Amino acid sequence: MSTMIKMVRSFAAVAVVAVATPAFAAGNAPHIERQQWSFAGPFGSYDRGQLQRGFKVYREVCASCHGLRLVAFRNLAENGGPSFSEEQAKQIASEYTVIDGPNEDGDMYERPGILADRFPSPFPNEQAARAANGGAYPPDFSLLAKARAAHRGFPWFVFDAFTQYQEQGADYIYALLTSYPEEAPACLGEDFSGSYNPAYLGGSVTAEACADEHLTGGPIGMAPPLSEEIVEYTDGTPMTVDQYSRDVAAFMMWAAEPHLEERKKIGFRVMVFLIVFAGMLYFAKQKLWRNVEH
Amino acid sequence: MQKDARLNGCAFDALCGPVSLPDPAQVQYLEGKFRSGLAVQGPKQFEEDATLAQQDTVEPTRRDFLYIATGAVGAVGAGALAWPFIDQMNPDASALALASIEVDVSAVEEGQSITVKWRGKPVFIRHRTAEEVEAAKSVSLDDLPDQLARNSNLPADATATDEHRAAPEKEPWLIMVGICTHLGCVPLGDAGDFGGWFCPCHGSHYDTAGRIRKGPAPENLMVPPFEFVADQTIKIG
Amino acid sequence: MAGHSNYVPQSAAAKWLESRLPVISLMRGSFVDFPTPKNLNYWWTFGGILFFVLVAQILTGVVLAMHYTASTATGFDSVEHIMRNVNFGWLLRYLHSNGASMFFIAVYIHMFRGMYYGSYKAPREVSWILGVIIFLIMMATAFMGYVLPWGQMSFWGATVITNLFSAIPLVGEEIRTWLWGGFAVDNPTLNRFFSLHYLLPFMIFGVVLLHVWAFHTTGNNNPSGVQPKTKQDTVPFHPYYTLKDFFAIVVFMILFAWFVFYVPNYMGHADNYIEANPLVTPAHIVPEWYFLPFYAILRAVPDKLGGVVAMFGAIAILFVLPWLDTSKVRSGTYRPLFKQFFWIFAGVCVALGYLGAMPAEGTYVLLAQICTIYYFAHFLIILPMLGFLEKPRPLPASISEAVLKSGSGKPAGAAAAPETK
Repeated sequence: MSTMIKMVRSFAAVAVVAVATPAFAAGNAPHIERQQWSFAGPFGSYDRGQLQRGFKVYREVCASCHGLRLVAFRNLAENGGPSFSEEQAKQIASEYTVIDGPNEDGDMYERPGILADRFPSPFPNEQAARAANGGAYPPDFSLLAKARAAHRGFPWFVFDAFTQYQEQGADYIYALLTSYPEEAPACLGEDFSGSYNPAYLGGSVTAEACADEHLTGGPIGMAPPLSEEIVEYTDGTPMTVDQYSRDVAAFMMWAAEPHLEERKKIGFRVMVFLIVFAGMLYFAKQKLWRNVEH
Repeated sequence: MQKDARLNGCAFDALCGPVSLPDPAQVQYLEGKFRSGLAVQGPKQFEEDATLAQQDTVEPTRRDFLYIATGAVGAVGAGALAWPFIDQMNPDASALALASIEVDVSAVEEGQSITVKWRGKPVFIRHRTAEEVEAAKSVSLDDLPDQLARNSNLPADATATDEHRAAPEKEPWLIMVGICTHLGCVPLGDAGDFGGWFCPCHGSHYDTAGRIRKGPAPENLMVPPFEFVADQTIKIG
Repeated sequence: MAGHSNYVPQSAAAKWLESRLPVISLMRGSFVDFPTPKNLNYWWTFGGILFFVLVAQILTGVVLAMHYTASTATGFDSVEHIMRNVNFGWLLRYLHSNGASMFFIAVYIHMFRGMYYGSYKAPREVSWILGVIIFLIMMATAFMGYVLPWGQMSFWGATVITNLFSAIPLVGEEIRTWLWGGFAVDNPTLNRFFSLHYLLPFMIFGVVLLHVWAFHTTGNNNPSGVQPKTKQDTVPFHPYYTLKDFFAIVVFMILFAWFVFYVPNYMGHADNYIEANPLVTPAHIVPEWYFLPFYAILRAVPDKLGGVVAMFGAIAILFVLPWLDTSKVRSGTYRPLFKQFFWIFAGVCVALGYLGAMPAEGTYVLLAQICTIYYFAHFLIILPMLGFLEKPRPLPASISEAVLKSGSGKPAGAAAAPETK
């Protein structure tokens, strides 16, 4: 028993160290709220309607700058995703132009997309994207929901393993899209013509004048992309920035993890099997060892 | 003596036999009962100990349900675990996406051919002239080394008439996998003695319906699964 | 290894094989009839668990290698191809990436078990040293494996760690260039890391066989630290420990499945889902969690070469542990003072891990330095001194006695003399 106490004591000491040290990053790192998502948790699943709305937002607002190069048109018709019909997915594909070739003359040519094609990117390469966006690179959406996560300090990151928190990316995207202020902080100066976002993980405020204000986030190359009623929803869902942000974040989560539903479904079966099997093995072990002094 | 928990009914004597350390005094008994029954000497650091601790002497029933059931559940689990490792070698989703292709043939005029890639293989699509169709139709089955149609859209025993080779209701159209049935080279079009294709590798001649007429190839060129999904669009596969 | 089975082949086929290559009696002697102390607790199941995880990593790795292409142009995309298109590719990938973490969870528990129960002490020094070698090869394998997806952390982690070699005096820069196959981490580096990552696990397998041979020669240690004296102190490995180990493996699989199916990216880093960019360094370069304590030690020393020496020293010191601990008592069970220091040491290792993930600024730096000094002090000062200063509890006369009295407190009769060998 005293060993247990020793263990607890030493880990408690570590915990005190961890919590007591000033949360260094917290000064400038944004705190990203945890949101509710239909795909969170052990039985989470994507909301078809939400994914389709999110796709619409992507197409109409984001696709002019952001690619989706790892997603194929056929994925839109697969289980566990927006689940368009194959016909609808074919139709969507044909509305895009993809580059194919070389043809018999040795030239590359354009043709309408087919299911097997992947989404063409708005820019041929990163350099072209930067040139068209004032030096900033609009990241591809295919993995963005897994490529962003705000720092979770102690003890939250310990709890996260138990609460199965894997939606940091979606939370961040939602936070970013809904955190644009009406005006940039005055301390950035009158000459500041860019956009400021307090939730932005990729930048910081370095202006001397702002030092006292402990501003989180920083200047971001993307101006607020969403506004009320910018995309038409035909299913009655509110056409607010909040809703658009949730829908596109969910869509991006699917783009990054298309097999999420299958993973959780198989996971449940595996866990049940393993727990039952472990129980049986435990009883078998007990039975075998019953007559051995140990 | 120490509890004996041997596995029963095992076919493999390498895995079976006594698994306990038998009491030296009981060696005779054990030799009669088990297949490999010599006394186990134990690691060198032990001394032979004649006084063994008294432990439970009840033998487990031969077919202990718990052990059997656990083993069965384990076997099911092992099978389920093995499946992804095997299935990952099957064609993946991106390969299956190209398992069928659609080809627009509106630009293929009479007397012209195009070659498209389908499942990694060349497929000849030929818009035959009336003469070519006539020539194909006028050949009797008896003149053909291979009398079967080799058409994936028809039963295996369909004969190699021109009707069974060309597209149904669109007899000028001939769609075939462009791989010689001899050893896999790609035959040349508009070549050979029969107005069709000629394979330069070993000299096989195919006629205007893609049927083997002369040379070492054993079979007519294969017609893949296809259909006209629109007047000028063929879906292959 | 041999000599624990008097197996006599019965069938003609078995006789034929045995007279040419006695594998059957070898396997029986080692894993069926092998007399194993009967008092092993669940901390002893981690050896079997490690073997299971090694096999799992090799199997998942081999099938992943059927789809992965090692090139800076296609590496990142080939991993996404596996995740999206290959049948069950997502499962195989998550099994392999989380399997690496599970491997280190198990190996750290296994090592701490060894440290607590004195499994490194005579006559098991070679078992321990082979184990440290396995640990080193594991670290090399994991390091190279993490580079393969060619994400930002893959690239920058590789850059930081390979840059350390330039700290070596005189030949450092040449060694670094030789490792890189160029002037920076690039395609040649990635390709050779793939080749070696495929190779090294089989080296691990070989050293594991030696490791098992070594502790089979001396016999297993056990929680009392007292060697088996009679047959009553042992049970045959099969079925007692095969079943117990199998049970433990399945419980371990539950933990493994939790990560793979529900929190598959928990132990990874989000930045590795961004394709490697040699021109953009991530804000905080962090290695995978299992390297964090060593990373903290590396950064604790302000001097570049000093940091490298300290980091490798932290592992090298494990090689000489058998000779640093002067106590005549093997198991921590009977060493009350040692126990306390053991848990403090464990706490310090966890603290170093946490500090390794923090930016090297402010208070974190001082704390990492304190913990680093304590880490070395534990081996170089505390352990040698404890052997002289500590008053151990009386040892049981045998395992059977230890087991009998485990519920009832002190043994009747005189205290046994401390176990010497």
